[in-house]
Amino acid sequence: MTDVAVERSVDQAVITAADWRRPRVRLGVGAAQVVLLGGLVVLGLGPLLWLAKSAVTPTPDTLQQPMALFPHGIAWGNLRQAWFDVRVGRYFWNTVVLAIGAWAAQLFVATTAGFALSVLRPRYAKLITGLLLGTLFVPAVVLLVPLYIEIVHPPLINHSFIDSYWAVWLPAGASAFNVVLVKRFMDNLPREIFDAARVDGAGAFRLFFSVALPMSRPILGVVSVFAVLASWKDFLWPLLVLTNPDEQPLSVRLPSIQAQTDLGVFLAALFIATLVPIAAFLIFQRTFLRGSGLGGAIKG
Amino acid sequence: MLMTKRQPRTIGRRRRGTPSSWARGGGLSTLLFLLPMIVVFGAFSWYPIVRTVIMSLQHTNLVQPAKWVGLQNFRNVIHDPLFPIAVKNTAEFAGLALIIGYPIPLVAAVLMSEVRRLRGVYSALAYLPVVIPPVVAVLLWKTFYSGGPTGVFNTVLGWVHLGPYPWLQSQHTAMPSLVLESTWANAGGTVIIYLAALTGVNRELYEAAAVDGASLWHKIWHITLPQLRGVLLVTMILQIIGTAQVFLEPYLFTSGGPNNSTVTVLLLIFNYAFGNSLGGDYGSATALSLMLAAFLAVLSLVYLRATRAWSTS
Repeated sequence: MTDVAVERSVDQAVITAADWRRPRVRLGVGAAQVVLLGGLVVLGLGPLLWLAKSAVTPTPDTLQQPMALFPHGIAWGNLRQAWFDVRVGRYFWNTVVLAIGAWAAQLFVATTAGFALSVLRPRYAKLITGLLLGTLFVPAVVLLVPLYIEIVHPPLINHSFIDSYWAVWLPAGASAFNVVLVKRFMDNLPREIFDAARVDGAGAFRLFFSVALPMSRPILGVVSVFAVLASWKDFLWPLLVLTNPDEQPLSVRLPSIQAQTDLGVFLAALFIATLVPIAAFLIFQRTFLRGSGLGGAIKG
Repeated sequence: MLMTKRQPRTIGRRRRGTPSSWARGGGLSTLLFLLPMIVVFGAFSWYPIVRTVIMSLQHTNLVQPAKWVGLQNFRNVIHDPLFPIAVKNTAEFAGLALIIGYPIPLVAAVLMSEVRRLRGVYSALAYLPVVIPPVVAVLLWKTFYSGGPTGVFNTVLGWVHLGPYPWLQSQHTAMPSLVLESTWANAGGTVIIYLAALTGVNRELYEAAAVDGASLWHKIWHITLPQLRGVLLVTMILQIIGTAQVFLEPYLFTSGGPNNSTVTVLLLIFNYAFGNSLGGDYGSATALSLMLAAFLAVLSLVYLRATRAWSTS
């Protein structure tokens, strides 16, 4: 942050410079902030640190003294056992493959539809946008049963999609939120550029690949990060349509392996499942912290 | 550039004419771009929504052809002894989440917006639980909630001579335990929304109030909160809509137990459709999901009406 920005953020706040000079305010607010920081460290970071510690702690220690720090040494073997013996490695890659497919489906649908509705704008665009926005108001649970039946007994096609990754990838594409995000972003691109490209003879495909997509990179980044994370978090849908344990992602496998897995190894598995989202968060922090505010604004 | 602002679009414009002139004008390529969305939404969103309504009026077992039964499914659901329990539990979850979970992000965000250094660290810490996959969060907290005296929470509370508490194992503490985890997992997202809204508060109002000698509390009560009114109203109804559909916590923590004290509406829907290995009662499941959707829609409309006078716009 530059000095100007700091000064401005100070001015913006409830506490003015005059307040800040009063010792009572200074002390009170300062104490409140220290308490807040302490609370945030304990609540936000604490459970993660505990998980990281317990992932490499022998099970008896975790069971008897859960808050002690390595009373009987470190058990690195937990991680190895989780990855190989409990086959977390396998489920990890399943999760990755599912996330990549869901990401591709979402990006494909969102960019093509966002481009058509924002730039090409056919006469029936209003109707389509209306139908699209309508789905935002339907709770997901309403879709659950008919969607499941559609996967088991698809109309027109006489072939069940149970245990096929397509059953997870394709429905992921039906995210109205993504389409709206991309459409809004493209709405704000300068019209003159599209008009100039058209004058130069660019057709719809040229406009899409050479103008709209390159200029939309920021929003595509946002959609991508959230698509991958949403897929990583998804539980209920993959649980229903992927019945073969060898194909299931981490989120589905973790609850089922809990009963027959040693606690230390199980916690190591949980830890491994958390690594990718945490790493993504640390790398794309700005996207998260700005994007979720964005999401709230649009949902509202 | 010598271009007027509202240039009529060339590709999107449709001249009234024959289909071939429509195609030459770019209509075909436009349709081609919309095709993925129409197919995917048609198959996985629009069609299932219509299908839910149809299925709620039918008996379906996937083997024999579906039979129309009128409102029988809705009657079955309402007469299910678990139905009032599920409604009560869901209301309890939503209510507790409102009492515990609604004020916390607001207080945290107001305090955080006053932080001068390391504000990024504060918001990152607050958001961290949101990033953890929900399944991992629930399973981790299940370990925390371990009921014996050497459970994680009971150990910590033992330091100040409290407990041990049964947490998930007693029907009196199970639901509050679920709410606690859910609040922890979701508060960060709301904090970020409030932080964004707080930057939009007109700072001249603060300056004016300072000139008038208003105290800190006065400024928060009479300026900050009224300015956040719109956002606060929206996050409240969104939270109610979200918590009314709670599924993961009761499913993974307690499977509805102990003694049905955590059976929620969504868990009941799930059990109707997928809980019985002999074949699902899809009619009751879709009927109940439609009842829930209708209730939430009516609730939202009433809420928007009732709060219109207070909201900023």
